Amino acid sequence: MNAFSDAIVYLNDPYNWTSARGIFFLGGQHLQIAGLALLIALVVAVPPAIWLGHTRRGGGFLLGLSNVSRAVPTLAILTIFAVTPIGFTIWAPVIALAVFAVPPVLANTYVGFREVDRDVVEAASAMGMSGWQVVLRAELPLALPLIMTGIRTAAVQVVATATLASLLGNPTLGTVIRSGFGRQDFGIVVAGALLVAALAVLTDLVLGLTAWAVAPGEKRRPLGRLRSRRSEAARVASAR
Amino acid sequence: MLSAAGSAVLAADAAPNPWFDVSWVGDNWSTIVPLVGQHVRLTVVSVLIGALIAFPLALFARRARGLAAAVLGLSTFVYTIPSLAMFAFIAPFTGLSETTVAIGLVLYSLVVLVRNFLVGLQSVPEEVREAARGMGYGGGRLLLQVELPLALPAIMTGLRIATVSTVALVTVGVIVGQGGLGQVIIVNGFGANYYRPPIVFGTLGCVLLALVADQLLAVVERLLTPWTRGAAA
Repeated sequence: MNAFSDAIVYLNDPYNWTSARGIFFLGGQHLQIAGLALLIALVVAVPPAIWLGHTRRGGGFLLGLSNVSRAVPTLAILTIFAVTPIGFTIWAPVIALAVFAVPPVLANTYVGFREVDRDVVEAASAMGMSGWQVVLRAELPLALPLIMTGIRTAAVQVVATATLASLLGNPTLGTVIRSGFGRQDFGIVVAGALLVAALAVLTDLVLGLTAWAVAPGEKRRPLGRLRSRRSEAARVASAR
Repeated sequence: MLSAAGSAVLAADAAPNPWFDVSWVGDNWSTIVPLVGQHVRLTVVSVLIGALIAFPLALFARRARGLAAAVLGLSTFVYTIPSLAMFAFIAPFTGLSETTVAIGLVLYSLVVLVRNFLVGLQSVPEEVREAARGMGYGGGRLLLQVELPLALPAIMTGLRIATVSTVALVTVGVIVGQGGLGQVIIVNGFGANYYRPPIVFGTLGCVLLALVADQLLAVVERLLTPWTRGAAA
């Protein structure tokens, strides 16, 4: 198969990067859609998750929500938003993506706060911390690793799903794949796939390192730490 | 339509485009049925093949901590790759065929299944294994009659998660023209002047398929693990 060497040739041509609808433009659009969606999801999901986790309520509801969200195809929600009045704006994919970024952030933040040792919370109150101080200065730092796991999961998902927005006419890196199929040129298809996969893996890596950097307490090798957080996330995600 | 250019043009907004239209389903039955069939076929085939590959892989991985870490690391990496890119990587080899979609879906379901199979096998208490060995159980019988039944809940959970995710992912197969209900959503709906009834039908169809499959597997799980019923009641 020379599709892979064709892909390298395509990626080596600077014109394909700098032209009006080249890779730089598409990548910028991709990141803009993904970034806005993640931001909206954080604003919507984090405060209620903190409240629910702090008060230790609503666990069943949150688990149900994340299970149901798995059954709804992202492509379908993207399409539904695309045929509403906001369809031809950037907000259609942004909101659709935000909808799917909410459950992982919500679930992980909730679990992060709920799993904080009750003794720590009591000790913090006993030291004279107010309710808000307990949340922000005792619980938040301890919940941070799981919150970051949620953000990381959501970010990777949002970057991946922004690719699909290309099927609905929004220019993203998925557009490269789509145009490759349109021209029946598998070199371009593979080039697009390489770009999309690289961006997703890079997002995962950057957020993984961020999570390591902001984690409180003694730090071990970043990779060892990440892996243990990762398996924790998998456990949370697969808990039923 | 073209002759009506001018004041009488039927604009997209003016054309009837309801969210729900049951008659559309009846009128397009012959289009829908094969696509639903394709959706179910792709899901079943992918999860089955994924399970057949995942099981030996999990057996292999549990032999050593290092192997398990490697398998889990690799599977996490696979899951990071967006579905559209996955199908795009496979398409040069297998073309615009159902096989392309099936291979991609097998890889994704494999990731979920290996993880859960491994958790299930590792959750079997060492004492139980020792006791079985003491009673004269050999490797094969130990696996089939002792470990497998105990690992079954985790295995079934994995199968349910993999099935539900796969039902949703089949839609992305639309990029190679083999997306099951995704075809209904994109081709009959979005591609046909943003016509809404197929989009809503496709979406609800996917969710319904996922829920039905999940419940079916739940029933299978209950039938396969009769001993848990007494404890739960």
